[in-house]
Amino acid sequence: MDNFTVGVVVFPGSNCDRDVSWALEGCLDIRTKYLWHESSDLSDVDAIVLPGGFSYGDYLRCGAIARFSPLINALDDFVKSGKRVLGICNGFQILTESGFLPGALVSNKNLNFICDDVELDIVSSKGGWFNNVDEKQTIKLPIAHGEGRYHCDSDTLKKLIDNELIALRYKNNPNGSSFDIAGITNERGNVLGLMPHPERACDETIGGTDGLFTLKSLILK
Amino acid sequence: MDQFAVKVFVRLRPSVLDPAGEATKSASIKLGAEGIKSLRIGKMIEVKIEGNGENEVREKIDLLCDRLFANTVIEDYEYSLEKL
Repeated sequence: MDNFTVGVVVFPGSNCDRDVSWALEGCLDIRTKYLWHESSDLSDVDAIVLPGGFSYGDYLRCGAIARFSPLINALDDFVKSGKRVLGICNGFQILTESGFLPGALVSNKNLNFICDDVELDIVSSKGGWFNNVDEKQTIKLPIAHGEGRYHCDSDTLKKLIDNELIALRYKNNPNGSSFDIAGITNERGNVLGLMPHPERACDETIGGTDGLFTLKSLILK
Repeated sequence: MDQFAVKVFVRLRPSVLDPAGEATKSASIKLGAEGIKSLRIGKMIEVKIEGNGENEVREKIDLLCDRLFANTVIEDYEYSLEKL
């Protein structure tokens, strides 16, 4: 882990990039490197986080413009090589817009921007992103989004369920997401997208540490 | 080269809930408008574009709509095209 480096992508409008970097470095002693979205050289990072925020002002649709950045173009080979990619909030929206994960994220059912702590059931152990070795477990993470309602067609939902790609479900669905979905992985398990913010739950003094496991799991091979 | 004015309409698919449309419908009824059965909000994008004839321009617009203007997981699109 000595030289393991997590790339934290910075788009114009990202605003959780520093939180992610502080959580990784300060709480977990994992080295990070900011990656400007114009960069397509991913050779010196071992995992990547797409942080929350409002990339390109959320113009057109959340994540729609970011999809065309050089960095996201380069992400295809990175993912195919099996390296790990974590998309948080706006990062999740970018991963669905760019086709790394199925479905889409649309306006919350009640139109509110919801900023709250939510309880989540860990559903799948795919990719080792969550600690659910024992019984079905529940964690608490903060959410902060206006467009976090996960939507997919019924065939996609069936595929998600059958292939155990649903990572997290809301216990009390706050935004109207299909099947209470809060986070999903790709089939290989090396890409996780989720609306809750694990980087905001990495220290007891700010309300909890349930996000640590997910960030720490970035170093898994 | 011919120049065309294109109007692209992007709409949420009927199966996707449109809470902004629902809120606007509610406000419309409060305004006193009667008889509104449904109200859904979409986007209209105006593009001026050059190309060698209508077919070539349609190919470009199809690509733009499919890859950028609409997310076909949640949205449908259609467009009209006028030669300038």
